Amino acid sequence: MQAVSEKEMKRQAPKPEREQLYICYHCGAPCVTNKINIDEKLFCCEGCKLVYEIINDNGLCDYYRLQSHPGLSQIKPIRNDKYAYLDDDVIASKLYDFTDGDRTIVTFYIPGVHCTSCLWLLEHLNKLDRNISESRVNFTTKDVTIHFSRRKTSLRAVVELLATIGYEPYISLNDTDKKNPPKYDKRRIYKLGITGFCFGNIMMLSFPEYLAHLGIEAVYVHVFRYMSLLLSLPVFFYGASEFFITAWKGLQQKMLNIDAPIALAIVITFTRSIYEILSNTGSGYLDSMSGIVFFMLAGRIVQERTYRSISFNRDYKSYFPIAVTVVLADGVTETKMLSNLKEKDLVLLRNDEIIPADAIVVGGNALIDYSFVTGESEPVAIKRNEMVYAGGKQTGAQVTIEIIKPVAGSYLTSLWSHYAFSQDKTDNNNKDSSIHLLSKYFTWVLFSLALITGIYWAIHDPSKIMSSVTAMLIVACPCALLLSSTFTNGNLLRIFSNNGLFLRDQTVIEQLGKTDHIVFDKTGTITQSSGHSLMLSGHQWTEEEKNMVFSVVCHSNHPNSKALASWLGSRTKLPIADWVEMPGRGLEAKVGDNRILAGSALFAGVPKGVINEEKATVYVRINDEVTSVHFLPVFRSAIPAIIHQLRRKYSLSLLSGDNDRQKKILEELFEKNSELLFEQSPLDKLHYIQSLQEHGGKVLMIGDGLNDAGALQQSNVGITLADDINNFTPSCDAILDAKKINLLPSVLRLAVASRYIIMLSFAVSIMYNIAGLYFAVQGLLKPMMAAILMPCSTLSIVLITSGVSSLVARSFGLSLRSEE
Amino acid sequence: MSALFVVIGVSLGVAGLFLGAFIWSVKDNQFEDQKGAAMRMLYDETSKEKL
Repeated sequence: MQAVSEKEMKRQAPKPEREQLYICYHCGAPCVTNKINIDEKLFCCEGCKLVYEIINDNGLCDYYRLQSHPGLSQIKPIRNDKYAYLDDDVIASKLYDFTDGDRTIVTFYIPGVHCTSCLWLLEHLNKLDRNISESRVNFTTKDVTIHFSRRKTSLRAVVELLATIGYEPYISLNDTDKKNPPKYDKRRIYKLGITGFCFGNIMMLSFPEYLAHLGIEAVYVHVFRYMSLLLSLPVFFYGASEFFITAWKGLQQKMLNIDAPIALAIVITFTRSIYEILSNTGSGYLDSMSGIVFFMLAGRIVQERTYRSISFNRDYKSYFPIAVTVVLADGVTETKMLSNLKEKDLVLLRNDEIIPADAIVVGGNALIDYSFVTGESEPVAIKRNEMVYAGGKQTGAQVTIEIIKPVAGSYLTSLWSHYAFSQDKTDNNNKDSSIHLLSKYFTWVLFSLALITGIYWAIHDPSKIMSSVTAMLIVACPCALLLSSTFTNGNLLRIFSNNGLFLRDQTVIEQLGKTDHIVFDKTGTITQSSGHSLMLSGHQWTEEEKNMVFSVVCHSNHPNSKALASWLGSRTKLPIADWVEMPGRGLEAKVGDNRILAGSALFAGVPKGVINEEKATVYVRINDEVTSVHFLPVFRSAIPAIIHQLRRKYSLSLLSGDNDRQKKILEELFEKNSELLFEQSPLDKLHYIQSLQEHGGKVLMIGDGLNDAGALQQSNVGITLADDINNFTPSCDAILDAKKINLLPSVLRLAVASRYIIMLSFAVSIMYNIAGLYFAVQGLLKPMMAAILMPCSTLSIVLITSGVSSLVARSFGLSLRSEE
Repeated sequence: MSALFVVIGVSLGVAGLFLGAFIWSVKDNQFEDQKGAAMRMLYDETSKEKL
């Protein structure tokens, strides 16, 4: 999106802005309503102009040179006292990474960081405020670490500075809990480095031994062998430790996972090598052992690539604010942390603020947007003394609510106490994995073969028992199986992410391939999150009547009125009289002699028969003529095509939190045999997924909001569709970039194919094993042979898996390269 | 022939130095933010002039 090409940076000497007329100098948005002109530069809004002035006054205009229009739109002003709660020391201290009373370090997540300019400006914060001594951006995680003096400035001032220059940090309830963010695990990298070092040197020291027939002095042979032994110690005790640990954990749970035979092979190789070296009977297989450990570690690292800017484990805490404004008995307001919020507290809720807990409206006009909770896209008007639920957002003027339930016990938040959220899906996926199953059979076959070999040699030549049995356990190590699956998964994860699908971990790939039922959420998933198209039925308006309706609805701020007005387009406003708006019901006015009512069926006085038939959103009545106004969803453009494609292979369902107004259109879209359910609560969705699974279904759920959180968690694979992948998404297994949703069928096909790719490379590795075994059972395996076989099999497996998976992906129309 | 021992010792030592450097750089978070560093190196000294 921002493609910071160096070329572009060089030629960005400020050029006359007239060329790009009507483009905001700060944010690059077209200047539609406003054209503020200063310094011959145009700005789309006051906010953008303000940011420019601050930056310009401080001599930081390189900001605009590094990247044209680097800013973020400032059209939505930030409320003055939004960050007042940061003045509270208790709250502020929860956010600090470090403080000694004066020097303070704090780290913020800033979703807006996206280009070179952002990085540059945020690292020059000290030019804007002398009390900030240092600021450092982590571009990958979009974190900014700021050092400032607490005596001279406050946390609130720092946050407000960030907000004024257009980089508003995201501060949520979650930030007070963590304090030790999940750090990228470096231990495996260290292991890889050390194992690689030892492996390389052991290889070098073993080399003379391979050429032993050319003649090598005995003194060197000894020294080289003992040095190899010394170097293999860190490999065995440090590098390979995770294989022993997972194998042991599996055995404790009475499970044979793939690490068990691998651990066994490593132990046997190591002990046999020690024995050979100490008894001076051979050089052992330390080179092969360290090589295998090195490649397996590399495979695990490739497979466990993490997307550090994306989080897959969010719950409601990431959405909720840290503190809310509470009204005390004498009318004084104070900020209170959410964790201290009690029942009967009166909370002041401003525009766009989230209801922290279930409550009752006690004052003001509540117009609550529940799209978070239910997926229902239209705000609902709530009367005084009625319930509002946590997760809803107030739109419009401020209201006062009285809390009646604790935060964690609210309708929405209690979803997280459902047992579905207590399960570890990665763990379950692993148990369910076919690799795991294969390795179990593999182990048993291996043991029986070892036993047979042992018995055979016991009869024919007992002196060869030890060497042949150990050699065979060494050769048959299923490391090839592990390598083939890890490298295939690693490559697939890379291909998926290049095509807009980000998986939580590699275990999801196999689950995705097993899917047989796909469940869609409606609002925001198959329909666009914003925008409507309108359809009229009943009485059709004349041009004159359209003008009348427009004149009435254009005065109302209700979203339905706004949508209707914008659909009617700009028209002549006729003089109106007796205009009344009844919140939650509708509008009434007179235009000339005509009485116009617009609103709910009851309000407009629509006959029962018509209501049942029409199920429209808004009814408009002009005198006695009733028109039903239907708000039609706008489907994402790729949806009809992909549903058509997916229908052939999968059963489909639709779960909507909305009412069934749009049932007809959706039935056309999904055609027959798909189940369409409406008015589903978050818990209903979860239960529906559960019932599908009880009938043996492997369910893929595609949703977008917190209201799908339960279903996403319960499903075998939960994919969140996000318009911006850095946005906040509920806990899920994968995040799909909404722009790439057209690739979904191809992505699913690739996931199915991945199983066969792993099987194929496994078949190849089995052939190597058989070849090795052929020598091993005869007691003929020489270290040199092992040393040649090992890297050959490893290399060919890596090549096969990554080559075939890339080829398959390309044939499905997926791109192999990242767009950046 | 003892020269060979010296050579092996030296080569191990050099490789060990690189291993040390690698571990140091990982510990120092040099691989944490790979994009940021690439951008930072392009900055010039701040120019004071206004646009």
